[in-house]
Amino acid sequence: MLEVRDLTVRYGDLTILDGVSFGVRPGDWLMIAGPNGAGKSTIIKAVSQMIPHEGNILLKDRDIRTYKARQRARLIGILTQHHALNYSFSVEEVIRLGRYAYAPGLFSRSRQAYGEDLIQEAIDQTGLRPLLKQSILTLSGGEVQRVFLAQLFAQNPNVLLLDEPANHLDLVYQKQTFNLLRDWLAKPDRAIISVVHDLGPARAYGNRALLLNKGRQQAQGPIEEVLTPANLNQVYGMDVFAWMREMLDQWQEPDPPASNQAGRLD
Amino acid sequence: MPKKIKEGFGVWAYLLFVGLTFLTFAVSVSLGSVRVPLGDTIRLIWKALWRLPLPQTASSPAIILSVRLPRVLSVALTGAALSLCGGAMQGLLRNPLADGSTLGVSSGASLGAVIAIAFGLTMPSLPFAGTMVMAILFAFLSLLIILTLAYKLDHSLSTNTIILIGIIYSMFVSSILSFIITYASDRVRQITFWTMGSLNGSSYGNALVLLLTLLVFGSVILAHARELNAFAIGEDNAHHIGINTRRIKLTIMIAVSVLIGVSVSIGGTIGFVGLVTPHMVRMITGPNHKKLFPASLFGGAIFLMLADLLARTLLNPTELPLGVVTSFIGAIVFVLIFYRSRRQGHA
Repeated sequence: MLEVRDLTVRYGDLTILDGVSFGVRPGDWLMIAGPNGAGKSTIIKAVSQMIPHEGNILLKDRDIRTYKARQRARLIGILTQHHALNYSFSVEEVIRLGRYAYAPGLFSRSRQAYGEDLIQEAIDQTGLRPLLKQSILTLSGGEVQRVFLAQLFAQNPNVLLLDEPANHLDLVYQKQTFNLLRDWLAKPDRAIISVVHDLGPARAYGNRALLLNKGRQQAQGPIEEVLTPANLNQVYGMDVFAWMREMLDQWQEPDPPASNQAGRLD
Repeated sequence: MPKKIKEGFGVWAYLLFVGLTFLTFAVSVSLGSVRVPLGDTIRLIWKALWRLPLPQTASSPAIILSVRLPRVLSVALTGAALSLCGGAMQGLLRNPLADGSTLGVSSGASLGAVIAIAFGLTMPSLPFAGTMVMAILFAFLSLLIILTLAYKLDHSLSTNTIILIGIIYSMFVSSILSFIITYASDRVRQITFWTMGSLNGSSYGNALVLLLTLLVFGSVILAHARELNAFAIGEDNAHHIGINTRRIKLTIMIAVSVLIGVSVSIGGTIGFVGLVTPHMVRMITGPNHKKLFPASLFGGAIFLMLADLLARTLLNPTELPLGVVTSFIGAIVFVLIFYRSRRQGHA
């Protein structure tokens, strides 16, 4: 559904992305991983047409640049990281804007395409019904993230581009969000591309991966072939699995409360 | 069944707006250096409207019909236009302090008008149009310069950046303005008119031009309430949900430039109207532009008529420039908004 070939992004003399190629088919969840500054978010920006790029991005076999804004928004939905909010719009107002791409024209009398059912479904899925009338300025970072996720569900595109969807979320909501996205993906003709920092959920939920290193693609393909110890160690410049194991080991020993107490007194 | 979601006002709200506006209008017309009873004023306007014979009681018909009525009409329309512009820019830039005067767009428009007058740039058959076209053009150029600078310096368009650029730009333009006015002092109106504004001596012609401009370009802004809602939430988000952000930005900039250009060429720089009205209105209606815009139109008309009334009557018989009153109120509101946004932690 989405095919990216030789994607290159430059800022002046600086090359942020250098010849990256990947694609998703219906049912795919592609995880984009890599260290900070590898160009992960730049991919999202380029594909969502926020910044100029070289190379081809084909959406349903057509150059993405030939789509009008509304047409594109019906096929691709984007969740970004930062939401600097200034005005006290209600949660519901923000979610409803997700239907903008389908809004009937000024002179059209048809209300068929409005998709009220999709809006209601999105509100229920994200558990936002109790907050519907609340101002977005009063929400926590995690709640704001869920509001924009609900807007995205209401938008109902075929491909989701997510820039760290679980960012700002505590563990409970992280799990819920990933499960929500997995349920969303289960319907036909859908795919997800998401940038992730956390390799655990990436491995658990994704089926394909793209590993970036300083703007170049280190590996691309089925997730089990990409997120291998060899690849990860090379990209991150450290023994990734040893670190993850060390973190888990913290819980595997029985808790010695006495020494803990002593440590705290130091 | 999906039902239509109503985001705008109902009929009753509009009736209330019209009623309040008309009441303020009537009071504004009847008060002044010569006081005419409210009932007489309304009767007089009513008779003049239907071309009935006028009562020859005093000198009041002349004052009311040929001096105050066109002036108050122009004031109301200018107030509505400037408030709508302020609301639109505050949405577009996601910043409650954006306004024609704080950004320097009004100063830019003044410069255009002054250049046209000083160098005698007029259009054949339309003596007024040269000034107006230049004011519009310069308003648009000013917006372009300010926005380009703002985006280049700080893509998140933080309040500080925008205000700073607005101040610097205003000072820059004011210096050129002073230079030209000093150079061509015999042709150009006093500098206070261009920096402080006044609608003293407005004609029915002025009011008609304002009305037509507002009908056309005000409608353009009103028709984009939904898009501006998205901009007010976030420009990136607006792009993602399928808004052609570049086109909307250009459309709004053009509409705002024309409205400010026309207002400035008729009334000079009347500062802070576009800041005060939407701010007060937003406290009642919330930030949704489908309500904010219509309420700002009426609210702006009412606000400026009251400010003009104050300007005329405060030091009676001497008259204050209208901009003195609005800037006095506006500066206080500005500080209040700035203080509040700072305390919320996202300045």
